[in-house]
Amino acid sequence: MSNTIYKNGIFGPNEWAVLEDEADLPESGKVLVSPDRFLALEGSAPEGVELGVVIRAGEKAERLVAHLAKLPMVAIDFPKFSDGRGYSSARLLREKFGYKGELRAIGDVLIDQIPFMIRCGIGSFEISHAPTRRALEEDRLNEVPIYLQPVGRDGEVPLGTRPWARRRVA
Amino acid sequence: MYRYDEFDREFVLARVAQFSDQVRRRLSGDLTEEQFKPLRLMNGLYLQLHAYMLRVAVPYGTMNSVQMRRLAHIARKYDHGYGHFTTRQNIQFNWPRLDETPEILSELAEVEMHAIQTSGNCIRNVTADHFAGAAADEIADPRVYAEILRQWSSLHPEFSFLPRKFKIAITGAPNDRAAVQVHDIGLQLARNEEGETGFTVYVGGGLGRTPMIGRKVRDFLPEADLLAYTEAILRVYNLYGRRDNKYKARIKILVHETGLEELKADIEREFEAIRGGILTLPKDEVDRIEAYFAPPVFKAPGDESHFAAAIETMPGFADFAQRNLNEHHQPGYTSVTISLKPIGGAPGDASAEQMDVVADLAEKYGHDEIRVSHEQNLVLPHVLKADVPAIYQVLKEHGLAEANAGLVTDIIACPGMDYCALATARSIPVAQRLSERFGTPERQKEIGDLKIKISGCINACGHHHVGHIGILGVEKKGKEFYQITLGGSADEKSSIGEIVGRGFSYEEVVDAVETVVDTYLNIRSGEEEDFLQAYRRVGETPFKEALYGTQ
Ligand code: SF4
Repeated sequence: MSNTIYKNGIFGPNEWAVLEDEADLPESGKVLVSPDRFLALEGSAPEGVELGVVIRAGEKAERLVAHLAKLPMVAIDFPKFSDGRGYSSARLLREKFGYKGELRAIGDVLIDQIPFMIRCGIGSFEISHAPTRRALEEDRLNEVPIYLQPVGRDGEVPLGTRPWARRRVA
Repeated sequence: MYRYDEFDREFVLARVAQFSDQVRRRLSGDLTEEQFKPLRLMNGLYLQLHAYMLRVAVPYGTMNSVQMRRLAHIARKYDHGYGHFTTRQNIQFNWPRLDETPEILSELAEVEMHAIQTSGNCIRNVTADHFAGAAADEIADPRVYAEILRQWSSLHPEFSFLPRKFKIAITGAPNDRAAVQVHDIGLQLARNEEGETGFTVYVGGGLGRTPMIGRKVRDFLPEADLLAYTEAILRVYNLYGRRDNKYKARIKILVHETGLEELKADIEREFEAIRGGILTLPKDEVDRIEAYFAPPVFKAPGDESHFAAAIETMPGFADFAQRNLNEHHQPGYTSVTISLKPIGGAPGDASAEQMDVVADLAEKYGHDEIRVSHEQNLVLPHVLKADVPAIYQVLKEHGLAEANAGLVTDIIACPGMDYCALATARSIPVAQRLSERFGTPERQKEIGDLKIKISGCINACGHHHVGHIGILGVEKKGKEFYQITLGGSADEKSSIGEIVGRGFSYEEVVDAVETVVDTYLNIRSGEEEDFLQAYRRVGETPFKEALYGTQ
């Protein structure tokens, strides 16, 4: 199920595996580790291993600031769809710290939250909830396509268009 | 008042479509109740004791006659013929069916109404002074900023899954009628020395289990920074507010546990990062919104001799004129409070027929404006004094003329055991019995200004902590018990009431309140010293002694 990732409107293969702190690093491949482990490993990971970071709810994205430019992937874990901390982490990474790599939602990711996640700067989704996968396959995002407030996502600010803060999805 | 433009219209219709799809998926089983719950709450739909309850937003308590008539229609068609106005200036319908809610929402959308964010762990309907735009003591109309905040907070992508609900209130007058210091964010409009508009900002007020008065975090926040600063507060709260215990999840607990200075520093840090950016409020945008709230075209003062004559000749009118009128900034005008507290009635309830009557009056005499007050009454903010006798006559014919605004029978009460699944005791029947006990005009007049507030459980929806006399219903060994607090207040000098002693049974509580009231009448220095002033002067001792003896 979670071996596929929803991105740019389609499901594709998932190349990244989450590695728990106790587990050994593989010889090669793309792995998501905790910020602690990432900072400890700094530069010492085996050649064939590409590192990304997974931020759990309650962990501070600030810690990664110095490394963001070379991080290809940051995953934000939503332990429960109703836990909204990840939205703020996503916006901080994108808008305050200028993170340009891939930002992914993992965990309890459901269809009704995905439009919000996209607006906060998240671009790919690991989804295990069957009705959500079905809805995405059928292109039913069920979004309210009128935004009443600006966020800093690229291209979203309606510069020069009225009304001031609002925007209709093109 | 604010009128929808095409964006608002599309927005609300899209939201209805979205919610209809969510209801459909709930009914088909694609969504579990757990997954559906926050979605329906964000659209004002609660599951109560006997049925669903739909809470419809009346943004900052302002509406027109067309909207009021639509509420009456919904009360008739989908409910049992009445609605319940709440302490957050909204209206609740207690008997809608789940499968009918999309239809109700469509009917509301036709008159520019909705139920968005009237519940759930998101930014709730922003409340404001019910005399906004009319009161003589106003610095600026708070609804302009309430509307700006409403738009900004509607389906906010970052703040729709907060640790807990989040309430913002704003007042435009130094006499705070919006209880801003008991809100998560309280905004008090202010002018600095240069005459610029801004806000004094309070954070972390709230009632519930752990009542707290908001702490001041900014003396003067410039108008242009309103949204950026609010977003900074919300971001800090969203990231660090507790999520392990719903009773400790409000921002007041974060303020308390983190410490004011540290939290202020966190907020300022986030604010610095976004200040001057996309959230800066352009002056022309404020002006554009302000134009919606331009005062009506006032008429010349009418012939007030009839008003003066009515004071002498019309039964009950003198009391009504004394209690239920509020000073207006425009000569010849006044604001009329329409009491939803008839003696022995359920506070805040209005029948469909009464709603229609109020709509008619607003249209005929009131520049088509109606307000809902957080004290669960209705207000006609702009009427000619000369028209008040005629208005009074109509109100009287429909049981709406109780001359008790601000008096002992103008009681706030939560729904309590009669509707609410969380209740531990009844509150409406206690309000009714108190109202009957103190109901004669002479008795009420003798007692003067007195706010009684009743909650049916510790969640404090009836704001008992800030009642001059507060009553909290609890359950003890399967029986209802009522704890009395004294000295609370929710104005510009807010305070939390103190528990006076052990609680009273359902049978005893009305006598106990009467003992408190009689004690006040005995100790007051004169008629002009109201209950709260007297309590603040003498403290709780005489009340304690009267209730429990000297021991
Ligand atoms: S105070 Fe308690 S009983 Fe009253 S409405 Fe709130 S939750 Fe229900």
